[in-house]
Amino acid sequence: MFEQYDVAVIGGGPAGLAAAIASSKEGASTLLVEREGRLGGILKQCVHDGFGVIRFGEKLAGPEYAQRYINELKETDVQVSLLTFVDKIEKSKDGFTLVLVSAQGMRRVGAKAVILATGCRERTARQVAIHGTRPAGVLTAGAAQFYTNILGQLPGRRCAVLGSGDIGLIMTRRLTLEGAQVLGVYEAKSIPSGLPRNIAQCLNDFDIPLHLRKTVTRCFGHERLEAIEISDVDENMTPLPGTEQIIECDALILSVGLIPENELAETLGASLHQVTRGPVCDQNGQTEIPGLFSCGNAAHVNDLVDYVSESGEAAGRAAAMLNSECLMLNYAEISVDNNFLYAMPQRIDLSGSPEEVIVYFRSRDERGKTGFSAKLGDQVLLKKIFQTLRPPEMERVVLKLPPGVKAGDLVRLEME
Amino acid sequence: MKQLICITCPAGCKLLAELTPDGGVNVTGNTCKRGVDFALTELTNPMRTLCSTVRTSFAACPMLPVRTDREIPKGKMGEVMRLLMGIVIDKKIACGDAVADLGGICEGKIIATSDWLMSGV
Ligand SMILES: Cc1cc2nc3c(=O)[nH]c(=O)nc-3n(C[C@H](O)[C@H](O)[C@H](O)COP(=O)(O)OP(=O)(O)OC[C@H]3O[C@@H](n4cnc5c(N)ncnc54)[C@H](O)[C@@H]3O)c2cc1C
Repeated sequence: MFEQYDVAVIGGGPAGLAAAIASSKEGASTLLVEREGRLGGILKQCVHDGFGVIRFGEKLAGPEYAQRYINELKETDVQVSLLTFVDKIEKSKDGFTLVLVSAQGMRRVGAKAVILATGCRERTARQVAIHGTRPAGVLTAGAAQFYTNILGQLPGRRCAVLGSGDIGLIMTRRLTLEGAQVLGVYEAKSIPSGLPRNIAQCLNDFDIPLHLRKTVTRCFGHERLEAIEISDVDENMTPLPGTEQIIECDALILSVGLIPENELAETLGASLHQVTRGPVCDQNGQTEIPGLFSCGNAAHVNDLVDYVSESGEAAGRAAAMLNSECLMLNYAEISVDNNFLYAMPQRIDLSGSPEEVIVYFRSRDERGKTGFSAKLGDQVLLKKIFQTLRPPEMERVVLKLPPGVKAGDLVRLEME
Repeated sequence: MKQLICITCPAGCKLLAELTPDGGVNVTGNTCKRGVDFALTELTNPMRTLCSTVRTSFAACPMLPVRTDREIPKGKMGEVMRLLMGIVIDKKIACGDAVADLGGICEGKIIATSDWLMSGV
């Protein structure tokens, strides 16, 4: 017989840390598997502050936020397996079998429940249409962040940034502070996708221009990037011929979006949501596969780590309390109108009669004052006014569930 | 009136602010009290927390993340960065431990923001 746990958590970032701690606190024997040599996930390289404002009321640096959970983890009985990659997960009679690969070789462990906290990956140059050569110096913002903050090597001296996502903005400031020149941030859309405060403190503080409705259409250089071609784009983000402009630079940093990492979930047959690209989930992150949970950026890309931890806790608690009787599928559904990009979760597990559920959502377009409502039949569960809604900023609401909700009921989220 | 974006929390409120003759500030657009404090310092002496890394002499952890233990004047960030570039940590220090004093530049000190040197080096 091989090692057997109640709960196996895959990924040691903030989601996995919170999940493992919560699971262990509920009394479940818990294994935490992380492929890297240190816990903390992406937070290890996020040396900037701004983490934990909601959770701790403090602006912590990324590693500092992770450290608080690592310290808490040390107080638990969670078994931690570092430098171990989860290669495969198989369904077994009473749960799952995980195939783990490490320097010691391959081993199999069993678990009644599995929590996927594998985070997300960045879109790369191949996923945005840039022509020309593929020289060194074209890299994602996360890779640039890894080189700069973990290895202490600057990816370039004259840099351009494509995409106005927060990671790109954060790296613009970081590279500038380290003495590199950032020529500008180019964004194909007409509104920046990063938080306004990052536009202020990462670009405006250093007089770095933000060019909207422009994109990179070509790279030049053989071994090393030498220049890029910038073009204006129309409303459909199609480059306009005749607007090309050549800019000399030795690094192009891509901040063009994140995609949840879900290969493991897919191989188990969990269906992925079209918009979130994460598994269809209930309020505890349980997927359509009973006993398989997803949380943090693996479930949907979050902008605030505080909510990542919150989703990890919910998954950890639910996975620990899982027992075969409550696998009777007992779900209400959540639907959204066209004004939403998506809402998370997509369904509500009614076993255990939850009194409230936390719902995260994003609007499809940038909106001013907007009325939000959640309805069950003609019953209004929540009404709330938002002063502004922007797709890059995830909102969080708490719905109180009336006692009479039953399987098959539909909770409708609407905006007006 | 000056347009500002409050950087205190992720909400990033758009503020319109101006100093009043009595040393106070008139602000609109803020959704909490912190917006008022932010506007006042931003218009008089803008302050930022500086986060960066310093080199170490440990191969398993070549860079240690650090930050200022408080906000420092925005204009001093360059000078503090130059100070950090000259530092090499050769002792195993913990998260929160002091790395350097900012004495000559402004009030405050630099602190480590991880425990990496304490474990696994
Ligand atoms: C550059 C950047 C800046 C950010 N800035 C902020 C900010 O200022 N404020 C804020 O609140 N939030 C910020 N965020 C968001 C926040 O950091 C992330 O949402 C959060 O770290 C996601 O946590 P996670 O645990 O889901 O994923 P991750 O932190 O990515 O952790 C996933 C872990 O899973 C491991 N893993 C994956 N697959 C396997 C496998 N098969 N086997 C074993 N291990 C595996 C990975 O090695 C990794 O350690 C930022 C994010 C980024 C990328």
